[in-house]
Amino acid sequence: MRHIILLLFLALYGYSYGQDCTYTFTGKLIDFHDGTTLSSATIYIKEQDKYMTSDFDGNFKIENLCRGKLTLTISHIACETKTVSYIINSNTTETIALEHHIEELNEVSVTGNIITKETKTAQENLLKVETLKRYSALSLGDALKEVSGVSSINTGNAIVKPMINGLHSSRLLILNNNVRQQDQEWGIEHAPNIDINSADNISVIKGSGALAFGGDAVGGVIIINPKRVILKDTLFGKTIAGGQTNGRGFSLSSSLNKNYANGWFINGQATLKQNGDFESPDYILSNTGSKSKGITLRGGKKTFEKGFELYYSFFDTEIGILRASHIGNIEDLVTAINSDEPSVINNFTYDIDPPKQDVKHHLLKASYYQRFKNFGKLSLQYDYQNNHRFEFDIRVGDDRDKAALDLVLQTHTVMADIILDAKPNYRLKFGALGRYQNNFANPETGVRRLIPDYDKFDFGIYVLNEWPLSSKTVLDAGLRYDFNRIDAKKFYRTSRWEERGYDEDFEDFVIDDLGTQLLTNPVFDYHNFSASAGIKHDLNEKSYVLANYSLSSRPPNPSELFSDGLHHSAARIELGDLRLTKEVANRIAASYSYEGSKFNVLLEGFYNRINDFMFLEPFGVEQTIRGAFPVWNYVQRDAELYGLDLSASYTILDSVDITNKTAYTVGNEIKSGIDLIDIPAFNTRNTITYRNDKWHQFSFALSNEWVFEQNNFPNNNFETTLASSGETVLVDISTPPPAYNLFHLYSDITFDTSENTTLNVALSVNNIFDIEYRAYLNRLRYFADDLGRNIMLQLQFNY
Amino acid sequence: MKTIKYLFITLLTSTLFVACSSDDDNPPPVNEEEVITTMTITLTPQGAGDTVTLQTRDLDGDGPNAPLVTVTGNLSLNTTYNGSVILLDESDPDDVENITEEVQEESDEHQFFYTLSNNLGTVSYSDLDENNNPVGLLFSLQTVASTTATEGLFTATLRHELNKDAEGVSNGNIANAGGETDISESFTVSIQ
Repeated sequence: MRHIILLLFLALYGYSYGQDCTYTFTGKLIDFHDGTTLSSATIYIKEQDKYMTSDFDGNFKIENLCRGKLTLTISHIACETKTVSYIINSNTTETIALEHHIEELNEVSVTGNIITKETKTAQENLLKVETLKRYSALSLGDALKEVSGVSSINTGNAIVKPMINGLHSSRLLILNNNVRQQDQEWGIEHAPNIDINSADNISVIKGSGALAFGGDAVGGVIIINPKRVILKDTLFGKTIAGGQTNGRGFSLSSSLNKNYANGWFINGQATLKQNGDFESPDYILSNTGSKSKGITLRGGKKTFEKGFELYYSFFDTEIGILRASHIGNIEDLVTAINSDEPSVINNFTYDIDPPKQDVKHHLLKASYYQRFKNFGKLSLQYDYQNNHRFEFDIRVGDDRDKAALDLVLQTHTVMADIILDAKPNYRLKFGALGRYQNNFANPETGVRRLIPDYDKFDFGIYVLNEWPLSSKTVLDAGLRYDFNRIDAKKFYRTSRWEERGYDEDFEDFVIDDLGTQLLTNPVFDYHNFSASAGIKHDLNEKSYVLANYSLSSRPPNPSELFSDGLHHSAARIELGDLRLTKEVANRIAASYSYEGSKFNVLLEGFYNRINDFMFLEPFGVEQTIRGAFPVWNYVQRDAELYGLDLSASYTILDSVDITNKTAYTVGNEIKSGIDLIDIPAFNTRNTITYRNDKWHQFSFALSNEWVFEQNNFPNNNFETTLASSGETVLVDISTPPPAYNLFHLYSDITFDTSENTTLNVALSVNNIFDIEYRAYLNRLRYFADDLGRNIMLQLQFNY
Repeated sequence: MKTIKYLFITLLTSTLFVACSSDDDNPPPVNEEEVITTMTITLTPQGAGDTVTLQTRDLDGDGPNAPLVTVTGNLSLNTTYNGSVILLDESDPDDVENITEEVQEESDEHQFFYTLSNNLGTVSYSDLDENNNPVGLLFSLQTVASTTATEGLFTATLRHELNKDAEGVSNGNIANAGGETDISESFTVSIQ
């Protein structure tokens, strides 16, 4: 049919313009990157249904062309096939550039489900959508624990902060669709404000080997990517609905994608989750309900030569914090530690009362890229984030419903990146970043500001290069410089200002004296250099080794500088220090990977020496009207962390395999040898999985999670005199809880509901035997047991 | 693609605009609420004798300075004292607030607990909240008739959001009270 129309069309054309078929089209084919000529390319002339080839110099000539449209389809070995069209009304000469960088093409290829790693020589682990879907009802931090060596530090069960090789918070850099997440991440009780359902794949990079994104990732980088844009006329989506017994929760997430072959795309995604009070095996964990909703909208155009994207995401979460964890003084803490059960146990409810958090996070991004002939690719990006965090404490009187913390953090970032890849086997990437951030602490809370108002300015430049030394070996290296300025306006109690000795060292900062308090204007500049170098060598087709070194440098965050007050659930006074300087980490790491037909193993080792590592340490005791409180202040000491992460799988039978994920991490201060706090204990997870692809891709997995008792911990215990009885007791806040051993189950099955739709039904049971346990890395372990059995049913409909 | 370029220019310009628009106004100080800096307990003997005043005063709140604890007067043996409490927020010397009224208004969620060590005396509540549970803003202290001790610790604790119905709580036993501590202070008192 098409040919007939074409013939008809040509015939009409020929009839109308019969006299004008005298034009000549002279073409020259070159490589897009380096301008070299392309010989022996096939050129299909659509209007004439004829083929020809380019000569040795990449030239070709089409003669006797008629006036009108000329469409050429050009193909060349290892190049993207390109179709171009011209309107011919005179003799025409054109240079046509083809693209031969296969790797780049993957980014826009039609077919590939290939998700490429972000780095070449770093310890990078990829979590794909098949894995992530299991965590649809949970949080980002829960999903990341699939990677050996990644754990989490929790406040209850809904606030889950990822931890890579024992480091967390400001030491991890989280990129959400190429935007660095700015959501008060310094706080150990501030989980990333990201909906796990907006992610299609997540890269976890251990160490700072991804300098393009920042030089302060002492612990690691988490890169969250949305679904790749595919150049195909297609409309697809999925809906995940789940319910769980523990917390009587539900979650619903839906996404829809529309792509066009010409590169245009638009997609949207929304999630709604809610649960009531969770339950430990023996009691209800009162006030642990949570609610969250997330929306993501994304659209743009993506072609090989250029493209743009607009992206908006909104995440709103309200999280109840275990009621019994809110305490007034040390005596309350002693009572909690000595009691087997939390002090408040109410009936199950979906209501969320104080203490609670309510956070709204908006992210807006616009990006544009263009490739230039004989040059490379230029990318530009602007993003804006607005993070509004409320924390509600238990308050009395008129302030009952008033937030105790009300912070608005706004961040604007502009980035420009250039990749020079015109020459073969050469790839240089460099770029610059500018960022402005403003934090506003609402004074209407009636509570002294935890974090002051501040303006922060960042500027960074970096350069990265790659050298393929041979077909088996690749070397890369990078350098980065960052400048940070923080300009804060903070009120200090005069007594605190003097107690810290700031009146002698920072007299110039005082801009107003209000009698009992001082308004100060601390301004600090930090210059940070970071670097990375790595090598990856393929031993053979099945195995490789890689080794890398990274230098990262992190300036103190607002909490480390400015903290100044009572931390309720910890019953301690936490003090920042204006004298802190940047911490500098030197990390060396090596990995070995083997992927055979039956046996896979990945072994990753690291040694991270951090000079001037910042952490909280007990300093003394201060008396207040509520009794004595231990004071913890930020100090800097040289520290070291090292460890080994193993993941292995072995196929016993065709349909049965066993996998093991084990991580061992050690951290201590170098001079004193004192262990660092909050280092994950030795843990190992074994899973046995049965699969039957013939029977609706059925799978059934039973896993055992064994977390040892952490024997390496700092002793921060202290004595206190109880006012009610007059006796002196030891407050044991240090001893980690005993080891625990949990069994989990996961089974799923996929039905083809029609030609283009599938239904995946998954059943999972966590903590099958309803074991009572407390986790060392859960900050509410003093107050209550962790979660009991949880049965989840999840339906995923793909269309 | 032109539109995209314009979009970018607009966005970049708006960034600069926002970046420059941060003014230099100083933030206002926070008017701290729910702060108790001072508790004054007055023990007035029924009949003749000296009034005993116990005070704890911590003007910098959670700041580094310890509360100033003062006791004036000595307890007398075999005496009944009428006790009363006044709570103040003196963190701003120009705007002293009386917090006693706030506790009075929410008396069903607050309770004081008092003990006197060395068996020097017993405390009983003299006031009730709307649920007929004690509050402790008013109480009476009965000292013993004779003792070998010369001094003891008078401990006062204020809790809120406690369980007033728990066993012993209405008799002044703090053990099962739960809740959160607002004030906890021990005063060394002499008896003669």
